Amino acid sequence: MDKKKDFPIFKQKIIYLDSGASTQKPKHVIDAISNFYSNSYANIHRGVYELSQKATELYDNARSIVAKFINAEFEEIVFTRGATEALNLLSFSLEVNKTEIVLTEMEHHANLVPWQQFAKRNNFKLKFIKMKDDFTLDYDDAKKKITNKTAIVSFTATSNVFGTNNDIKKLVNLAKKVEAYSIIDAAQLVPHSKVNVKKIDCDFLVFSGHKMLGPTGIGVLYGKKELLEKLQPFNTGGDMIGEVKYEDSTWNEIPTKFEAGTPNIAGAIGLGEAIDYLENIGMENVEKWEKELTQYAMDKLKKIEDVIIYSPGVEKSAGIISFNINGLHPHDVASLLSDDNICIRGGHHCAMPLMEKLNITGTCRVSFYVYNTHDDVDKFIKSLEKTIGILK
Amino acid sequence: MNSREMYKEHILDLYKNPLNFGSLKKVTQKERKLNPLCGDDITIEILVDNNVISDVKFSGKGCALCIASASLLTETIKEMKLNEVIKLNKDDLLELLEIPVGPVRLKCVLLSLEVLHKAVKKC
Repeated sequence: MDKKKDFPIFKQKIIYLDSGASTQKPKHVIDAISNFYSNSYANIHRGVYELSQKATELYDNARSIVAKFINAEFEEIVFTRGATEALNLLSFSLEVNKTEIVLTEMEHHANLVPWQQFAKRNNFKLKFIKMKDDFTLDYDDAKKKITNKTAIVSFTATSNVFGTNNDIKKLVNLAKKVEAYSIIDAAQLVPHSKVNVKKIDCDFLVFSGHKMLGPTGIGVLYGKKELLEKLQPFNTGGDMIGEVKYEDSTWNEIPTKFEAGTPNIAGAIGLGEAIDYLENIGMENVEKWEKELTQYAMDKLKKIEDVIIYSPGVEKSAGIISFNINGLHPHDVASLLSDDNICIRGGHHCAMPLMEKLNITGTCRVSFYVYNTHDDVDKFIKSLEKTIGILK
Repeated sequence: MNSREMYKEHILDLYKNPLNFGSLKKVTQKERKLNPLCGDDITIEILVDNNVISDVKFSGKGCALCIASASLLTETIKEMKLNEVIKLNKDDLLELLEIPVGPVRLKCVLLSLEVLHKAVKKC
C-alpha cells in the first residue's frame, strides 16, 4: 500500500510512527475543511437562509457517515470534542443506583480519571480487571469482579500501550448478565478495524476523530437510542433545548440534546471525509496492512540485543509495539531517533498506574497506520541501532 | 536542534555512573517530585548544618539529562549556603550541563532543581 502521496506532511522527510497518539491528515480531509470554510460556512440549525441549510446538511451528512461506519442509527451518534469528553459526559450524566464500577488495569487516563472522580463524588468503589503477564486481560478475574454490585463496566477495546485487543464481546456479556452499563473506549479500535456496534451490543462506545485521519477537536459518543433518551444532558445552552422559560427548560431530541452551543461543524465534516477515505481503502485492508507492518517490525526488533518487548504477540494486538532497550530511558531513545526524522513516542502513554505495575518509567512505542511502509520500519530499525550505539 | 548535541560524552558518563546517588544516613529534609510528562521520579535528601548543605544524595529514575543534571546539581551544592542554593536557576543548571537543551527536554533537566528547592524551602 502506498498512501504517503495522499498526505501533504510527507513532503517533508518524516517517518511518522506515532499514529497511536494522533494521525496525520490526508489532503482529502484538509481540502474538505478548507472547502467548507471557503464555500459553505454558516452556523447550523439556526438560519433559514440557504447557506445555513447547506452547512446543516453537511453536518447531518457527516453524522450519517459516522453512523453507517459503525452500524449505528443517525440519532445514536453524538459529536463530542473527543473520546475523553464523551467519557466525561457519561461519568456526569449516567444515573446509577448500585455501588461499584469495573475498569481494567490497562485503561488510558481518559477512561480512568473520570470514573475515579465519579467514584469520589458518589462514594462508589472502583475495581480493576487484572492484566496477566502476557499483557492480556484475566477474564477469570473479570468474572469475579463484575458482580450484582456493578453499575458500570467501562473498558478499553485496545490497549494504547501494548496494542492488546481485548475480548470486548465477552466483557459486554459479563456486564449484561448483572445489568450493568457497558462502555467501550474504542479510541484505538475504530481507526483500525471494522466496528459493528449492533453486533458488539454495547451500551456506549466512544472514539476520537484525530486518531483516524480526522481533525482534532471532534469525537463521537455512540449510545443505544433508548439509553441516550434517558440520559441527562452534560452541557446545557443553545441548540440543545426544547423550550426555555426563565425558570425552567426542556430538552431537544437526541442527539442534539447533548450538543449544546455551536458544535465543531468543520470537525464533523472533516471526520466524515476521513471515514470516506478509510472506507475507500477498506477497513479489512487497513487492518491487514497494519498487521503486516507490525509483524515485520516485531521480527526486526526481536533481533536487537537487550530489547524488551511488551506485547501479547502480533496476532492478539493492533498495530502498536511497546518496547524498551535495557538500561536506556525511552526519552533518550526517542530524542536521538528524532535526529533521523523518526517520530516515535517515549513515555508513560497516559497510563501511569500501568507503568507502576510494570515497574518502569515508560516505554518506547511505535504505532502504524495506512501511510506507513516497510521502508519506514527499516529506517526506524537502522536509526534505533545507531541510537543504541550512541547511548550504550 | 540536533539531539545528538545533548548526548555528549560527559552527560552519558554521568548517566551511567551518577554522582551522589543513593541515600543519606542522617537527613534534614527529603523531597520527591515526578515529571508527569515522562515519568521521571527524583528524590533528594539533604543534610543541613548551620544553614549550609553538608551532604546530599539523590535517588530515583530518569532519562540521561535528568540524571546528569541531578548529579551535577548535587555536586555543586555541597558546602553551599541555603540562601545561595535557593538562588540557583535554570541558567546555572544549563551552564553546569554545558549542552543545549530544547524546550521539551528542559523539564527533565529542571526536575532535580525543583525538588531541591522544595526541600530547602522547608529547612
